[in-house]
Amino acid sequence: MTTENQKLVLKATQLVKRYGHVTAIDGADFELREGEILAVIGDNGAGKSSLIKALSGALVPDAGEILLDGAPVQFKSPMDARKAGIETVYQNLAVAPSLNIADNLYLGREKLKPGILGKVFKMLDRKAMHEEAKAKLAELGLLTIQNIHQAVETLSGGQRQGVAVARSAAFAKHVVIMDEPTAALGVKESRRVLNLIRDVRDRGLSVVLISHNMPHVFEVADRIHIHRLGKRVAVIKPDTHSMSDAVAIMTGAMDPNEHPAGAFAA
Amino acid sequence: MSNTTVKSAAAEHELVAAAASGDFASFKRESEPLLTRLHRFFHRYPTAAPAIVLLMAVLVFSTLIGDRFLHPFNLSLIVQQVTIIGILGIAQTLIILTAGIDLSVGAIMVLTSVIMGRFGVEYGLSPILALGFGLFAGALAGYINGLLVTFFRLPPFIVTLGTWNIFFALNLWYSGSQTIRSQAIDAAAPILHWTGQSIELLGARFTYGSLMMLVLFAIVWYALNWTAWGRHVYATGDDPAAARLAGIRTDRILRSVYIVAGFFCAVAAWALIGRIGSVSPQAGMMANLDSITAVVIGGCSLFGGRGSIFGTLLGALVVGVFRNGLALSGVDVLWQDFTVGLLIIIAVGLDQWIRKV
Repeated sequence: MTTENQKLVLKATQLVKRYGHVTAIDGADFELREGEILAVIGDNGAGKSSLIKALSGALVPDAGEILLDGAPVQFKSPMDARKAGIETVYQNLAVAPSLNIADNLYLGREKLKPGILGKVFKMLDRKAMHEEAKAKLAELGLLTIQNIHQAVETLSGGQRQGVAVARSAAFAKHVVIMDEPTAALGVKESRRVLNLIRDVRDRGLSVVLISHNMPHVFEVADRIHIHRLGKRVAVIKPDTHSMSDAVAIMTGAMDPNEHPAGAFAA
Repeated sequence: MSNTTVKSAAAEHELVAAAASGDFASFKRESEPLLTRLHRFFHRYPTAAPAIVLLMAVLVFSTLIGDRFLHPFNLSLIVQQVTIIGILGIAQTLIILTAGIDLSVGAIMVLTSVIMGRFGVEYGLSPILALGFGLFAGALAGYINGLLVTFFRLPPFIVTLGTWNIFFALNLWYSGSQTIRSQAIDAAAPILHWTGQSIELLGARFTYGSLMMLVLFAIVWYALNWTAWGRHVYATGDDPAAARLAGIRTDRILRSVYIVAGFFCAVAAWALIGRIGSVSPQAGMMANLDSITAVVIGGCSLFGGRGSIFGTLLGALVVGVFRNGLALSGVDVLWQDFTVGLLIIIAVGLDQWIRKV
């Protein structure tokens, strides 16, 4: 569980991003602690996607500062963020449907054979990749996906999500960002993915969970960041606020400062 | 929204779900109908379809025509006839795997053959240099296509429709619509005829051009299946947004594919000079469409990301075998075109069916 003085893994202060007349991020702050699941909730158009994109390198903010482990960082692309140890599971699942599971796990960071085969002929070390992919899936309890050579398009939605989560969890050094990981899933599959998110946290990684599903958020999140009109308006805990409080703050029906626990209860 | 009802409702339906079996990711193989198994088979081995068609075509023609068809000389003739389309087919396959299409392959081939011919014969350049310059011009032409596709975000169909006309016009202008005669090439730049020379293997004559084609297929197969670049080509064609999010620089991949394709068009030009002897600005008029035919019959999906390079070789051979077999059967040439048309439609229909998961 988190405590007040816990180390901050990822911190952003006063981020701003404008698109012409539209201000998507309006002086937003963000704090992610080590080994926690931080949910980010907000109404449609509140700017939470833009915030997440800024943190994952998909968007370069106009102003503000991002600190990773206390050191300022500037991400020009998702690759920069990945290199810094921040992995993102995108809502539309960044997997290539016709490639197999192992190829997908290593997409964009393929391993080459040692020696001349790898250096001169750029030969992929398929065996090593497959072995490691298997081990990584097993670690996350996903070995029910028996055939690692299976094309991803033959998997169910939950299994695909499992592959995407496994990929990020396997390679993340600090932070895993998950954008609506349970959005298109059935009840059982959602459950499985939520367990997976807890597993990832328990392995010592910090998780940012963006979701519209309040029961899911309240079930797994350690803290909840509420975004409204381009900025953070409150950070609450599932035990200080109720779901309806969260929805009220999110939609502007309640001033977070008027809640007995305060706007920054966590 | 009432909080308590939401929470309890959620808890309830999830309890029910938890009580159900936990193996949501299990793969039970129940006895499936034949069609489903067939579908799975073709989905897994997309090259199987053209291989089966080729096998059947060879069987049918050998029983119908007999020895004349199966004669090593005739079989090697078929391979010679598909050499140019085969090499262009490699270029076309790479483009189609990225969900593009290249209508300019034939025009690049003719233009670069004229460049090779004029540089070697008229400018008295070292033949090797003339060849190298032609190959470079092919890669450059491909790069122009790639730049238009990635930088200006124009659809490949439109880009290459435009450059097809442009390259072909440049070819007519640069060649002055003049043919360079075979004897002149032999005298000044015999290396351009190397692809047409042949050696005897197992009683059949194979041109160096057709052997070169086979080697090129093997190299591209390796690049597509055993290098990161190849995986990235498939991923880019499959779902470019996903590929980008996975950290692949899709524009660079696309440009590299167009450059390589242009280069292969120039290699096809070399094979073309060896095959017809002279350099003609009118040669290979239909080559772009023939290369697409080979790729499609070979089982490559026009929607990108799906297909195998050897499928294209099989596709080119299927077309070659049908044309040769029908010609030997004494059937009117128009029925060759009719058959090829039929094969295209069947192949695309099959692909639509296979792609359904």
